[in-house]
Amino acid sequence: MMRARIYYPVLAGFLLVVGLHLVLQAAGVTYYMTQLTMSAYYGLVVIGLCLLMGYAGQLSLGHAGFFAIGGYTSAVLTTCNLSSHSGNALIARLHGIGVLVQWQDIYGDQMLSFCPWVAFGAALLLTAAIALVIGLPVIRLKGHYMAMATLGFGLIIYRIVLGTRVFGQADGLSNVPPFPLIGPLEVNGRAPWRVQNYYIAWIAVLVAMVLALNLIHSRVGRALRSIHENEEAAHSLGINTYRYKLATFVLSALFAAVGGVLMTHYNGSIGPSEAAVMKSVRYVAVVAVGGMANLWGVLLMGVLLNFLSLRGVFGTFDDAVFGTILIGVMLFAPGGLLRMPRLQAISSLLRRRSHG
Amino acid sequence: MSFAQIVQYTFSGITVGSIYAITAVCFNIIYNCTGIINFAQGEFLIIGAMTAISLSHVVPLPLAIVGAVAVTTVIGGLIEIVFIRRVSDASILRLIVITIGLSIVMREGMLHIWDEKVRSLPYFTGSAITTVSILGAHISPQVLWVLGVSAVIVTALTLFFRLTTTGRAMRACADNRMAARLCGINDRWMVTLSFMLSAGIGALAGCVISPVTQTQYDMGAPLAIKGFTVAILGGLGNSMAAVVAGLFLGLLEAFVVSQFAAAYKEVVAIAVLLLILIFRPSGLFARRDVTALRTA
Repeated sequence: MMRARIYYPVLAGFLLVVGLHLVLQAAGVTYYMTQLTMSAYYGLVVIGLCLLMGYAGQLSLGHAGFFAIGGYTSAVLTTCNLSSHSGNALIARLHGIGVLVQWQDIYGDQMLSFCPWVAFGAALLLTAAIALVIGLPVIRLKGHYMAMATLGFGLIIYRIVLGTRVFGQADGLSNVPPFPLIGPLEVNGRAPWRVQNYYIAWIAVLVAMVLALNLIHSRVGRALRSIHENEEAAHSLGINTYRYKLATFVLSALFAAVGGVLMTHYNGSIGPSEAAVMKSVRYVAVVAVGGMANLWGVLLMGVLLNFLSLRGVFGTFDDAVFGTILIGVMLFAPGGLLRMPRLQAISSLLRRRSHG
Repeated sequence: MSFAQIVQYTFSGITVGSIYAITAVCFNIIYNCTGIINFAQGEFLIIGAMTAISLSHVVPLPLAIVGAVAVTTVIGGLIEIVFIRRVSDASILRLIVITIGLSIVMREGMLHIWDEKVRSLPYFTGSAITTVSILGAHISPQVLWVLGVSAVIVTALTLFFRLTTTGRAMRACADNRMAARLCGINDRWMVTLSFMLSAGIGALAGCVISPVTQTQYDMGAPLAIKGFTVAILGGLGNSMAAVVAGLFLGLLEAFVVSQFAAAYKEVVAIAVLLLILIFRPSGLFARRDVTALRTA
């Protein structure tokens, strides 16, 4: 019974998603769903980062890098054109078993590229490999050192993306094909697919939430929390703190990469700004506002802030807003906005009433 | 590469290198006093340079620089009093995030005050095309200014920490804050002073380098990362080693640019940072016993 209870909010979340759809439909602003879909993909990143920051207590200033590795890998593989090599036996065989697919780009050119599912798998494998290689040494570092090392990693990815021709340099990669899932479902950003994609993105987020909730309510989750509270004590209890932290690092990188891949297919493009350090800082800001070790709070804040930012509500103060949020939350409400003392007083008041 | 070219690259290397070294020294001043790495350090350099550029339109150059240093020093002090003092007992994670937030807000503030144009201070002596011949290479006199000012800053700081009562009090705070307080040292004021010092020195460094590298609102973060790399290379808290490490990184970058595309210049610096963090987190010059203590 206790185990089932942690998933009730997921059900509530789904009802909320459906309700929001109906409200937007009724208000005649279904175009908001495009930004909500994109916020959902950023939501995947912050769920992963929440596991790492809130539960394992490790700061990463390089998560935009993992998002970009996922997105760019998928974009490169699904937009490369191998049709000039179609005489090659290997290419022909790959085409035969469905690894390569033929499609037509928006200019009507015949393209022979990797199937999005293959690209997706490759993106995840590559991200996991890079996260492991980076994580092996970086996880051993503490405090400032870990922050700077991940920041450095993020900057390297940004510079590589910006300086390499395969990744389109400053222009990024565009013309990325839609991602067919099952049957008529596909990740596609054009207007006729809007409602469908809203649900695809949100179901992806809720699945990620179930995975994350499952993790934190398991033995692993308890181990992570003990590491966060007191690493030496956890270590003395026989918890392999290093392995747990490393595994969480790789897992949270994978969450970011999934977000990156889906977002890239949804937008049909990816640019170097997705790899920028400021993006990483934003993810950190969102996790901080959401209350660090509070998955639902982080998801809510992530979607809200990204939605407002994508709608352009903050105008030219976009980055400044995120910076101010970071300072404000860390100064006045280090437990996150949802756990501010005053709000807590209100919620406890409500609870008392409902009991009485 | 001809000999003259080598000299040329060497000079350009030690020019930026000395700025990295000064930035690293600023990191160390604050780190020694508080244990905080101030991620907003790079912004102090840019604020200083930008203020000086604006002031130089109304007052003579030396006065503009003095004014800019004064303004930035005040900003540094205010930041400590308003933000850092409030959370002096917070976790490192929280302090890091606050200084990151400060750097963003300062950068965006500069964007709104000075827009995104690339500006620069006029050359202190001569103009962009004046050169001095040294060993067959042509060096801008500004390079000599940068080297001279850096040397003066480092010497003055050393004397300040060794000879003055205030400097000694700051060192006492760095060593053992509680004991310093028991001796009657106002440790809070020392922390504020450390922020003011590193802001002021940062501003001065930003001013002297401005004619050479130009100044733009978002140049602070890369500078801060390189300054941090240098601080780590030398061993966090060790300012003399930071100077050596700064010159080393500057030279490395200069020769990388001579061989590879400039786009990868930063990749090299950061790769050095990652390698150092992985293999020798206590720095290249740390003694083994100190290393053992730090990593324990």
